[in-house]
Amino acid sequence: MIRDFEAGEIDPLAVGAWILGTGGGGSPYLAQLNLKKLYKDGKRVKLIDPQALDDGDAVAVVSKMGAPLVGQERLVDPAHLARAMQLMEEYTGRKFRAVMSVEIGGGNALSPFLAGAMLDIPVVDADAMGRAYPEAQMTSFAIGDLPMYPLTLVDCRDNEAIVAKAASWKWMERISRKICTEVGSTAATCKAPRTGREVKDWGVLYTVTKAVSLGRAVLEARAAHTDPVEAVLVHEGGKVLFKGKIADVDRTTTGGFLRGSAMIEGLDGDRGSKVELAFQNEWAVAFRDGQPIAMTPDLICLLDTVSGEAIGTETVRYGQRVTVVALPAPDVLTSAKGLEHVGPRAFGYDLDFKSVFAA
Amino acid sequence: MKRIGIDVGGTNTDAVLIDGEKVLSAIKFPTTSDVMQGVVNAIGHVVSSQAPGSAPVDAVMIGTTHFTNAVVERARLDRVAAIRIAMPAGASLPPMVDWPDELRDAVDPLTFMVHGGHEYDGRPLVPLARDEVRDAAMKIRDAGVDSVGITALFSPLTAECELEAAEIVRSVIPNARITLSHTLGRIGLLERENVTLLNAALQGLGRKTIDAFKDALKQAGIDAPFYLTQNDGTVVLADVAAANPVYSFASGPTNSMRGAAFLTGLKEAMVIDVGGTTSDVGCLVGGFPREANNVVEVGGVRTLFRMPDLLPMALGGGTIIDPDTRKIGPRSVGYRITEKALVFGGDTLTTTDVAVAAGLVEIGDRDRVKHLDKALVADLLKRVEAMVEDGVDRMKTSAEGVQLIAVGGGAFLIPEKLKGASEVLRVEHAGVANALGAAMAQVSGEVDQVFSGMSREKAIAEAERIARARAVEAGASVDTIVTLDTEDIPIAYLPGDARRVRVRVVGDIAFMKDEQKRVAGALR
Repeated sequence: MIRDFEAGEIDPLAVGAWILGTGGGGSPYLAQLNLKKLYKDGKRVKLIDPQALDDGDAVAVVSKMGAPLVGQERLVDPAHLARAMQLMEEYTGRKFRAVMSVEIGGGNALSPFLAGAMLDIPVVDADAMGRAYPEAQMTSFAIGDLPMYPLTLVDCRDNEAIVAKAASWKWMERISRKICTEVGSTAATCKAPRTGREVKDWGVLYTVTKAVSLGRAVLEARAAHTDPVEAVLVHEGGKVLFKGKIADVDRTTTGGFLRGSAMIEGLDGDRGSKVELAFQNEWAVAFRDGQPIAMTPDLICLLDTVSGEAIGTETVRYGQRVTVVALPAPDVLTSAKGLEHVGPRAFGYDLDFKSVFAA
Repeated sequence: MKRIGIDVGGTNTDAVLIDGEKVLSAIKFPTTSDVMQGVVNAIGHVVSSQAPGSAPVDAVMIGTTHFTNAVVERARLDRVAAIRIAMPAGASLPPMVDWPDELRDAVDPLTFMVHGGHEYDGRPLVPLARDEVRDAAMKIRDAGVDSVGITALFSPLTAECELEAAEIVRSVIPNARITLSHTLGRIGLLERENVTLLNAALQGLGRKTIDAFKDALKQAGIDAPFYLTQNDGTVVLADVAAANPVYSFASGPTNSMRGAAFLTGLKEAMVIDVGGTTSDVGCLVGGFPREANNVVEVGGVRTLFRMPDLLPMALGGGTIIDPDTRKIGPRSVGYRITEKALVFGGDTLTTTDVAVAAGLVEIGDRDRVKHLDKALVADLLKRVEAMVEDGVDRMKTSAEGVQLIAVGGGAFLIPEKLKGASEVLRVEHAGVANALGAAMAQVSGEVDQVFSGMSREKAIAEAERIARARAVEAGASVDTIVTLDTEDIPIAYLPGDARRVRVRVVGDIAFMKDEQKRVAGALR
């Protein structure tokens, strides 16, 4: 199963990806501009069903890496993502059959589309998180203990690096992060190539379709003046955790993470209560009047109550009217092994994971 | 000191004459298609109120929507040359990539992407390609374009590339009008480049508008220095302001807020400025409007620069009400209120009609709204109240009740009591608060840039020095300059003790003719 990815799907993909970014992943704006421009210039991308991959196919996993602030200056260029893929092909001597995203949340949802449009290679309807996380070991492939190397990294000046081997996913994160910082804290990367079999076994499947239809539901609700937040809930089987307004935001940058919390005062039915949303790039844990009510890996999304637009940890500010929504996490993340990688303890919260959606 | 304040809005041109803090005369005229004639008329009216032989006017302050309108209407814009110094980064997203097509077409840009720029830590990305800049300059000259916008990668951190490129362009095109992005914008290449190019596109209109205002003043028999109001609530000598027309974006609501501060004497308060079509809610901090720190769209273009933090609401005196659904707005009859509204014999129910029916204000013929059901009127006012409460609450930064000042021609729509407001203040001359804000304005100087390789104290001192120099250049009297606010934020992952320092100073207008001349001389 392979189909054309239509120009009309670009905006919904960006809207849906931003919601699935759970506050992080970086704004898709620049990637969206690039993809629209590529389509305007006549380029097209095909979307391939992961089940249509042969077990032996080579699949590229691309992403843009670095500090969001730097990205706002250095912008996003599809040519560099494409080059990272080509470099990997040169190094491994194998041609890629398809390309996929490491994370469907935020701007990187569009990264494989940019590379795919440049190289005329189809994009796999899957990713390795089903949301956004900041580090290499927080992927379904890492949870599956798949090989973490090699990795290629390129910048805009023809600096090209290959990490031939790393002792663990965490080492891969450390080494590649170091190179990225050295070239100006922004780079295009092609992660360890996957086989078709690995994608089918360990990928989070059909997340592109999910992001597009989620985005479309929100855009249609907005156009019809119905409730976009309701559209998100219906579409994703999500739950409303809290409704209120942002009363305070506390941010610090430590160890490359944007950490902090947003305090929300209840409105309507939640009046008199408070929710604290703690974040580390993404929303990590929600505390209602001091008690944890939702935690990673469940997706915690902060939405503008009126527009349904996702609000990021970098853009949240006082006075916004917000609805906190939980969406179910992919099964691979809530498994025992998954929780070691992305459960609350992986972010320093001494909590046992309890899903909002547990019966 | 006698001053005239004028606010040229889309609907009305307001003018006041003040002496010290005393309002001598005020007038509101509909803005005519011949804007300058309207200005001449307004000045003529406020001046004629003076006794013959009284002291002449010392200064004229004008606030105008000319520049915003040009962007919104995609008209009267210059052809622009854009030079971006960032290659090999960002090649896929050329200048103006996210502008609405019809605006880009109106500006018909020549664009050049050359090698150079810096990294976040001050290292060069690649060396500046001077030959590429020179080549671009020659092409710009040959095309007969003289308005140039230059944007370099990370220029808010180091302006080196932009300054050097400007020098090269000037050597090829001596009369070029050049806008450098680091003087206007912040981190965010596309947004900073956008505001730079908008500013470049407005150069011709800036000059023309200033000259037309000068003519209007002459025609009105005024011989006094003339200032343009800026969107931070201050004024700048018109000839200086002509170089940066973008700083007049949103100066109308800003003038109203400053006027509200002047009329009440309050320095910390919320202000709601109710016009014919929309209301703006803003927040006074230290007597000046709070600044926005996020992307603001101007005519469909994303920008990130100094703009007041305003919440526009579709609520004004001419806002149309659907009698069946009781939905208020968002459409308005606008300047046609005098023919459309019920109280003027029209057929459209507006918020003004409801206010007249409730006895909040006397406008038009009250008998024409007698038939409106009392319960309906009460319900509609309740809805207006809820809109205002929501707007005020969104802009507040603390849970406590704040004082709310209601100004503008539609201020009668604001209820006496509001949730979230400790008090609703109304003032005399509230209808011309904008013109008053302009008349009372002081002159400011601002710096917002990254300093590195020096101590915190040195960085702040250096920022203050630059801000003061800028204030003097803009027409401030050097002895009256005080620092309004200082803010410094260490930038976490940059080496060399880098910090972003923002300093704003403000001073009284330098009225001394000699000082005026000295400033003019220094500018040459």
